[in-house]
Amino acid sequence: MARAAQKDSKTDSGKKLSNVSRDDLLKYYRQMVLIRRFEERAGQLYGMGLIGGFCHLYIGQEAVAVGMEAASKDGDQVITGYRDHGHMLAAGMDPNAVMAELTGRSGGSSKGKGGSMHMFDIETGFFGGHGIVGAQVSLGTGLAFADFYKQNGNVSFTYFGDGAANQGQVYESFNMAQLWKLPVVYVIENNEYAMGTALARASATVNLSQRGSSFGIPGETVDGMDVFAVKEAAERAAEHARSGKGPYILEMKTYRYRGHSMSDPAKYRSKEEVDEVKTTRDPIDHVKTMLQQAGVSEDDIKTIDNEIKAIVLEAVEFAQTSPEPDPSELYTDVYLEA
Amino acid sequence: MTDILMPALSPTMEEGTLSKWLVKVGDTVAAGDVIAEIETDKATMEVEAVDEGKIEALLIEAGTEGVKVNSVIARLEGGTSSAAPAPAAAPAEAKAEAPAAAPVAAKPQNDPEIPEGTPTVRITVRDALRDAMAEEMRRDDKVFLMGEEVAQYQGAYKVSRGLLEEFGERRVIDTPITEMGFAGIGAGAAMTGLKPIIEFMTFNFAMQAIDHILNSSAKTLYMSGGQIKSSIVYRGPNGAAARVGAQHSQDYSAWYAQIPGLKVIAPYDAADAKGLLKAAIRDPNPVVFLEHEMMYGLEFDIPDVEDFVLPIGKAKIQRTGADVTIVAHSRMVGFALKAAEQLAAEGIDAEVVNLRTLRPLDTDTVIASVKKTNRLVTVEEGWGPMGVGAEIAARVTAEAFDDLDAPPARVHQEDVPMPYAANLEALTVPSVEKIIAAVKQVTYK
Repeated sequence: MARAAQKDSKTDSGKKLSNVSRDDLLKYYRQMVLIRRFEERAGQLYGMGLIGGFCHLYIGQEAVAVGMEAASKDGDQVITGYRDHGHMLAAGMDPNAVMAELTGRSGGSSKGKGGSMHMFDIETGFFGGHGIVGAQVSLGTGLAFADFYKQNGNVSFTYFGDGAANQGQVYESFNMAQLWKLPVVYVIENNEYAMGTALARASATVNLSQRGSSFGIPGETVDGMDVFAVKEAAERAAEHARSGKGPYILEMKTYRYRGHSMSDPAKYRSKEEVDEVKTTRDPIDHVKTMLQQAGVSEDDIKTIDNEIKAIVLEAVEFAQTSPEPDPSELYTDVYLEA
Repeated sequence: MTDILMPALSPTMEEGTLSKWLVKVGDTVAAGDVIAEIETDKATMEVEAVDEGKIEALLIEAGTEGVKVNSVIARLEGGTSSAAPAPAAAPAEAKAEAPAAAPVAAKPQNDPEIPEGTPTVRITVRDALRDAMAEEMRRDDKVFLMGEEVAQYQGAYKVSRGLLEEFGERRVIDTPITEMGFAGIGAGAAMTGLKPIIEFMTFNFAMQAIDHILNSSAKTLYMSGGQIKSSIVYRGPNGAAARVGAQHSQDYSAWYAQIPGLKVIAPYDAADAKGLLKAAIRDPNPVVFLEHEMMYGLEFDIPDVEDFVLPIGKAKIQRTGADVTIVAHSRMVGFALKAAEQLAAEGIDAEVVNLRTLRPLDTDTVIASVKKTNRLVTVEEGWGPMGVGAEIAARVTAEAFDDLDAPPARVHQEDVPMPYAANLEALTVPSVEKIIAAVKQVTYK
């Protein structure tokens, strides 16, 4: 039985810089800023009534999806819960199609029939977008089962939160994944609150990286606000899974800046707590500092910011001008013709 | 210049109080900066800037109540292209009427032509199911079987006998006792194009997994706008066994048959079992395949032909008759046939419709039969309220009201959990006698 390893990976920005190319830095910065600006606009459109229902924003957690993506290969799969816009953009989905799905338009990635929590994209290997807390863990293990069955060398990156980590099917999945040595990396995004309940109020043990220890699944805790720490850990975990050693757990210590959903005022934590994270641990500021240290000029950074702004504004425009689905779409996609 | 609008902060908010400005005219803000606090009926929320620029004007005074959603509350000067899109772009009220319900699938095909004189083989329902799986697994490497005791033990009810030997442990997989987990693994594997057969030792245990059957399989094609297909079969024995009490004796026909996105099959005999399980495995949609433990050991003749596949969604006239239509599925078809035999001795000629598929339901065959007999009795093992019989009675009264000479009658399990005591159990489940009584009721005999 594999011994559960526990490791804390902390990255010293200065030291790591030498291992990271300027192009990588620019790429991560671009992807993370895209997610943040996209989410801010989504929040705005929600405020205008253009996005309905539930809308869970990823702001603050950008380094996780972007760092994990940096360690993935073509053919790998991604699956997550309802806080899913960041993963979709990191996976390379078209921002126009994602935003138009949020507004329920025909140009949306699910033709307007899925909404914020239910989007998929086979092309980029994004398998949802699941609204039932914890369901994606069994499903993601199933994606890994398919990789194992096909022996295709791919890995399933299965994301869930600290809240989902208490669901029973998570442990059913851990057991089978380790029993069959399935190529799955479980990424627990620990943003400290399951809706309004702080981790320690809901969990008998709070070191989530060790949740697989009774099955012999190795796990480590990672600074999820540091995209380089995330990427490094992701590479280790993916290599473990890809080489036939079975599942691996990464607990990402992260933080969401906004409420659980748009209508959550987040009164269960103090403003000081949120501000502290924003000012000292912000994942984008971190990369920006490294860019500056690498000699990238303010102007060059500004140029990227403007490019991202243009992309997001185009998505906003598309999401409003794309027509609503035709009423005839009501009865399509219920069944496939046999 | 960019307008900042009063945001809606919940799906139902129409107005709120602008309680506090956190910026003043002349301040420069960047995306993400908190600029104001707004009070709704539920909470006080912060409003962040989405654009950067200098605050040119604050148009609503702090403390103003009843500020309508989407009204302009402040203006930014500078900023690039207008961020604030015209609020008029809110989706229009549903203007068009919903289109008429399309049939859930194309018209079912008829059964394959079996030429006169085709030899038959006598086979148990159990072996028919096994043969169906084996043939489809030979045909398509994407098909695999997963469940409790399906491999080494050869199936809790021996339905998977010999499959491990032929196909090996890659494709015949014993799972831990963990229904939700392995149903989810099957549903996830199906999303990638594999074709899992997920066996539940009984459908009673599938209650632990019903979330994946409904939320992860039935709805995925729709929620993905047609992108993600779920070709998966959830199968196992359903309905009342014998003397196993309330938790192990339940008919889930009506539960699953209510769900759009699922196909639901409940075979009666060996031919149904083989022909429909093969069709279910080939079908690109998620299928719930409800077998019956009490039928596994019964033998029936089936045509000895290569690749015997039956159409999903097509009922079968199991016995032709003129006086009354008895509609049944699964084991109850046998009960209906016995009742028909006894009724024939009393001069009542009953037609028995074997539904075979519950979703899509072959209403046409039922209606055509009722138009001929003018009388309807439904039989099911499940409870009556909101049941399969209720649905059939509703469709018949809606579509063939003038053809009915009597109100339809329903035979079903009594409205109690399944008792253990032999005498109480016998009183609870449908019986040949109860069917005969119902037929006499609708024929006024």
